[in-house]
Amino acid sequence: MVASNDILRRCFCERATQFLGALLAGGLGIPAIAYLLRPANTIQPGGFVDAADLSQLKLRIPEEVNFQRVRKDGWKLITEKSTAWVVKLSESEVVAYAPQCTHLGCAYHFNESKGEFVCPCHTTNFALDGRVLGGPAPRPLDRFPTKVQGSRLLIGTIESAKPVSDKKGA
Amino acid sequence: MRAILDWIEDRTGLISTISHFMNEEIPASAGWHQVFGSVALFLFLTQAFTGIMLGLNYGPTPGEAYHSIRYIMNELTGGALIRGLHHWGASAMVIVVVLHMLQVFLWGAYKKPREATWLAGVVLLLFTLAFALTGYLLPWDNRAYWGTVVTTQIAAGVPGIGPYALRLMGAEDGVGVVTFARFYAAHVLILPAVTFLLIVFHVYLVRRHGVAPEPGDEVKPKQKFYPVQVFKDTAAIFGVFAALFTLAIAAKAPLGRLADPTDTTYIPRPEWYFQFLFQLLKYCEGPLELFATVVLPGLAVGGLLAVPFLDRAPAIKVTKRTTAMAAALLCAIGWSGLTAAAILETPKEAAIAESMGPMDWVQLTPTELAGVGYYAKEHCANCHTLGLTDEGKPGPNLGTGGVSHDVAWMVAHFKRPGVPMATMALKPAEMNALASFLVKLTPQNAQKMSEVPAFATDGALLYQKNQCGLCHQINGAGTNNGPPLNGLAKRRKADWVKDHFLNPQKYDPDSTMPSYKFNARDNEAITAYLMALP
Repeated sequence: MVASNDILRRCFCERATQFLGALLAGGLGIPAIAYLLRPANTIQPGGFVDAADLSQLKLRIPEEVNFQRVRKDGWKLITEKSTAWVVKLSESEVVAYAPQCTHLGCAYHFNESKGEFVCPCHTTNFALDGRVLGGPAPRPLDRFPTKVQGSRLLIGTIESAKPVSDKKGA
Repeated sequence: MRAILDWIEDRTGLISTISHFMNEEIPASAGWHQVFGSVALFLFLTQAFTGIMLGLNYGPTPGEAYHSIRYIMNELTGGALIRGLHHWGASAMVIVVVLHMLQVFLWGAYKKPREATWLAGVVLLLFTLAFALTGYLLPWDNRAYWGTVVTTQIAAGVPGIGPYALRLMGAEDGVGVVTFARFYAAHVLILPAVTFLLIVFHVYLVRRHGVAPEPGDEVKPKQKFYPVQVFKDTAAIFGVFAALFTLAIAAKAPLGRLADPTDTTYIPRPEWYFQFLFQLLKYCEGPLELFATVVLPGLAVGGLLAVPFLDRAPAIKVTKRTTAMAAALLCAIGWSGLTAAAILETPKEAAIAESMGPMDWVQLTPTELAGVGYYAKEHCANCHTLGLTDEGKPGPNLGTGGVSHDVAWMVAHFKRPGVPMATMALKPAEMNALASFLVKLTPQNAQKMSEVPAFATDGALLYQKNQCGLCHQINGAGTNNGPPLNGLAKRRKADWVKDHFLNPQKYDPDSTMPSYKFNARDNEAITAYLMALP
């Protein structure tokens, strides 16, 4: 009888230790995983920034424009230089493309003789309207939201720019 | 499974080492009173873990530290919990380490051959306090800054080594970036490494000599560490952790205002376990001061180190160790008496200054001041009273807002007010501003706060609407991207400020400030507000 009580006690102690140990690991581990992997609930200043003068733009000739943008980087509010490729597709339509190739994020440039955007990294070609003409890019060029005020073009922020690693083969 | 374990055992010997460790023989008398060492070890590992977690999102310089902690607490999931665990864990660590020491002391477990184990333990207690002292500065809020100013000044007053201690702490010219770097490096590089090594040594010594037996144990059969004692240790660890976890959720770790070396109104107060020294310091004036700052702590540490050499009598039952009990009781009474006195006495002037809240509208942050504006805009005064008078309005007097509810409660209340109160036409950010104002109300300041001049609230509303706080700072709120706006009247004339809004680049071509085309009335209001800031 004594021996079986001892075995019962031993068994209970082992199980209880494992159970409490698991609770401890969960209590520390789960908050840590959420802390490291959940996106920060940062409110980006956002808004539209004055970026280009429309009257200077020629029809269907892309222009690389520079502008200043205020962005929250972690806990810091920073002012940084930002660029966009701006194309007046028609008199009524102006688009502003994010300056990274949608394949792996290289900076592309405009090839005047072909009239296409060309990414030097893996030779993706994009048409003036952002379509992929050839090469490995998985989707058209990302567009910034834009607003026109008089002759000024205002550029907003891409709400959830897809990270480069989203793509297959990245 | 069996094959994998065999492989690991064959190549590393880990399995038999663990089994040897777990099957250690311990005296028959071992039990619940011996759990504290394991709990202390667990808390050390938890502090290391949560500390690393904080370190992954922490900017370790005075310019960044405070803002990064704000970010951890407000913007990261679980950030407040992790900082809470680390903050309250420091207190838990001190409590458990002292309890561990008390148990060993009362049972006389420091006696031959365990003197070295005790000495290592005393040094580990000092390391624990050093962790607390260096970690105290790292949030870089007023509490951290002023607390450390006092610490460094106490060290500076020690005869002979004072100036060197001050230089070692990088605080010769006051608490600054060098002090911060020294404290940070001590807290995350030096102390963890030496503490870990000393813990290994301490545990090694415990194993070498075995858990101290009580008289009578020699005739009883020994028990194994695993599983009964392991379960008791784990249960105690779990109890402590559950309490710590609850505390971390229920009580947010404090983060005051950004450290302000010019804030002369701030009264620093040490952590609760150092309050007894703080209190003692009040009784000791002039040359006696050294008694509280050097002699007593020196005697205490020296006394602890000497314990195993003063008491060399053979081991007796814990119930017969009356001298040890008397000594421990005396220390406990002295400590708690002084701590109680400190708590009873100090809040009189300090807590009142804190609990009266801001007495003048210029002390409010722009957000809070805009809240005054929303209070008027939503006609809250139709139903509510601020201040001590009872005007018989239907809604409750809001003069005690700061005491009874927090911002989250108020915003939830604004959104779903319940039957008697009208819903509001405010946006969430505006509700936050209103709530942040209401929580600042106390019976002492509510009357004054209902008399804020209109230009101030109008100015603050514009300031809020145009998000000036994204680049500027007023009364510690906002960022330092642009120049701080307190004391603007000393630097600029009102006309300059008004014109500068319209075209900042006219005054500085490199200015990144956008132009704000205020109409004349708005420009007058925001300028008057800014010029009124001290």
